[in-house]
Amino acid sequence: MYGRKVKLRFFFVLLILVALILSAFLILKSLEENVIYFQSPTEIKTLVEVEKKKIRVGGMVKNNSISIETKEVKFIITDFKNEINVIYSGAVPNLFAEGKGVVAEGYLKDRNFFLATKILAKHDENYMPPEVKAALEEK
Amino acid sequence: MASIIGSYSLIFGLCCSFLIIIFSVKNFKNLSNLDSKILSLTFLQFILVVISFLGLIVSFVNSDFSNETVFNHSHTTKPLFYKISGTWGNHEGSLLLWLLVLTLFIFIFLLKSNEQQKKYRLLTLLFQQIIIIGFFIFSIKTSNPFNYIFPVPSEGLGLNPILQDPALAIHPPILYLGYVGSSIIFSSALAATTLNYISKEWAKHIKQWVLVSWVFLTLGILLGSIWAYYELGWGGFWFWDPVENVSLMPWLALTALLHCILVLEKKLILTSWVVILSIATFTLSMCGTFLVRSGILNSVHTFANDPERGLFILIFLFFLIFLSIFIFFFFHKTETKKTNTFFWLSKETSILINNWFMMYFLSVVLIGTIYPIFLEVINSEKISVGPPFYNKLIIPFLIPFLFAMAIGPKLKWIKSDLQNKTHLLLFLIISFIISFLIIKNLNVSFLMNTILVTSAFYLFFITLRDFFIKKFKNLSQNIAHFGFSLLILSILFNNIFSTEIITNLKIGETFQSETLKINFESIEKKNEQNFKAIIGKFNIENLDGVSDVLNPELRIYNQPNIVTSEADIKTNLLTDKFITMNLVQNQDYFNIRYQIKPFMVWIWISVLLISLGGIINLFQKRHED
Repeated sequence: MYGRKVKLRFFFVLLILVALILSAFLILKSLEENVIYFQSPTEIKTLVEVEKKKIRVGGMVKNNSISIETKEVKFIITDFKNEINVIYSGAVPNLFAEGKGVVAEGYLKDRNFFLATKILAKHDENYMPPEVKAALEEK
Repeated sequence: MASIIGSYSLIFGLCCSFLIIIFSVKNFKNLSNLDSKILSLTFLQFILVVISFLGLIVSFVNSDFSNETVFNHSHTTKPLFYKISGTWGNHEGSLLLWLLVLTLFIFIFLLKSNEQQKKYRLLTLLFQQIIIIGFFIFSIKTSNPFNYIFPVPSEGLGLNPILQDPALAIHPPILYLGYVGSSIIFSSALAATTLNYISKEWAKHIKQWVLVSWVFLTLGILLGSIWAYYELGWGGFWFWDPVENVSLMPWLALTALLHCILVLEKKLILTSWVVILSIATFTLSMCGTFLVRSGILNSVHTFANDPERGLFILIFLFFLIFLSIFIFFFFHKTETKKTNTFFWLSKETSILINNWFMMYFLSVVLIGTIYPIFLEVINSEKISVGPPFYNKLIIPFLIPFLFAMAIGPKLKWIKSDLQNKTHLLLFLIISFIISFLIIKNLNVSFLMNTILVTSAFYLFFITLRDFFIKKFKNLSQNIAHFGFSLLILSILFNNIFSTEIITNLKIGETFQSETLKINFESIEKKNEQNFKAIIGKFNIENLDGVSDVLNPELRIYNQPNIVTSEADIKTNLLTDKFITMNLVQNQDYFNIRYQIKPFMVWIWISVLLISLGGIINLFQKRHED
């Protein structure tokens, strides 16, 4: 028979292992479920099917596209190849303006309409979401 | 002129490092006491960095645009206060602040460690000097705050307006005292490992430093949070933004260390774990610096995207990690003597449980922060990890964590039992009933919230009771735990009871909902020193006819030309009323966001209580228990 101490230690190590595996599993599982993918209008146009998951759309706000009512703001995001209509009711950040970069978070209605739940704030005039910058550089 | 002095004293500061190393090595071998020259040199080095720092401040105050840093981050019309705070509101200046704290802390360490062994003090100094040299070279080579530009521009580019704020002016120095304070823990843990010096006395002595860093880090994070709350206009205080996460990670490691060191101090076990945590804390601070400074994370903290800087920190970081791994594996001797009996119900076990949870939270935050970066490097897919990820993985685990926090401190060292502890059960029932009554009529997921609120109330009552029962015994721990329960309760109720209205209004229009009326009465324009303000006047009337006047503001800064919105917040003990307005380009509409946020002020108060716990412990004589 093993001593009580050895048994206890064995139990302890086992517990740590189980805890480790469990937390690794949990973290990876919920990473899978909760990441938000970023897509450009062009990528959305070429989607095979419109998913119900939350995504981010980034690009430039098209000139003369902002229209505003009491309930909602409508505008068009463009990456200069394709564009997508956005309908949004919520707080608008200060740097949200025509001809400036924007990232909207929300759900796709179809390939042409996007229901935004959040427009991301940007901190200064020079800042452009990295995604938009990359998209513009590709051009 | 000031720039030149600053520039030279920075170089002399670096030279001091080499002198200190030479003298330390000499002094290390002979038997005499600590060479007083070393102490003087350390002091000199600190003073040189102070001069350099003052030089930069003077350049900022005088708007000396021949200095590149000043040119990039200042403007003649900026108020004096923000000219000064602009000194550390940029990459170069903030690095100088790093250096300042590094040299200050090692000097204080030498002063305060008189009763420690000479070799240990010298070795700590050596390790600290390695870090200091690294940062000196980093500062001088890649981000010299005193670069000269010619021809001299007549006007500067200005400081990002959202940084022109009192909370943000003091946030970096306080946070740095915490961040950089952990360097002393790192150096001293390495020194103690090398010399096999880890003992109960060492634990007692290093605990002071852990406490100091921890208190400042807590306060620094709090200030950042308060700033985000009123300046960013979202009405939230924590966004799980990567830049926030990198400050939370060292905090979690430091908190784990703070608890673990108690066990070491008492029983001389878990030495390896303490060393690992000490190394991890500083490494995480450095990682944070790397992530925010390299431009990998885009945020207000990213001052410049210069790959060279990122690369330098990365190389330096890896050097420090390998150095510590090497020392840990080659010098560290595990405690072989004594039988380390762990009884399952004891204070040690509960502290270990605390550490497990901390490590779990730490890994969640770490993975959530670096996974997107990782994925982008591997297959250039762009993703972001949002609050749901953290909420889902952290909130459920808060429940056992809170229970452990309530019961853990009640246990005795080595072996304990729970006899005569009927009140523990009684409080559980009371907490459950209260939570049940609060949650049952609300439109939120019932089971989860009830259990969560129960556990928070449980900790709340248990710690509250201890204030009366235990008098001043272990006051610091009790206050900190009490503060934590208050924090969780405030956050929960804040989340559950917050309401918001977002609407677009023209001047003179009124928004009417079932519960309140928002009347946009007028706007008023004002010219300030470096911005024009548009101040809105809103009259908000609720059902009982009580009305508040709120005046949110839009600020249009001259340089850089940026619009910011200043929230108007009416705070009282129960609730915050928060309003922001935003201008939508070329439209008559203003975007209005009105929020009612209960218990907001308690979130700040509870964090203050948590750090107060640390402060009390610092100044308190140790109780034997």
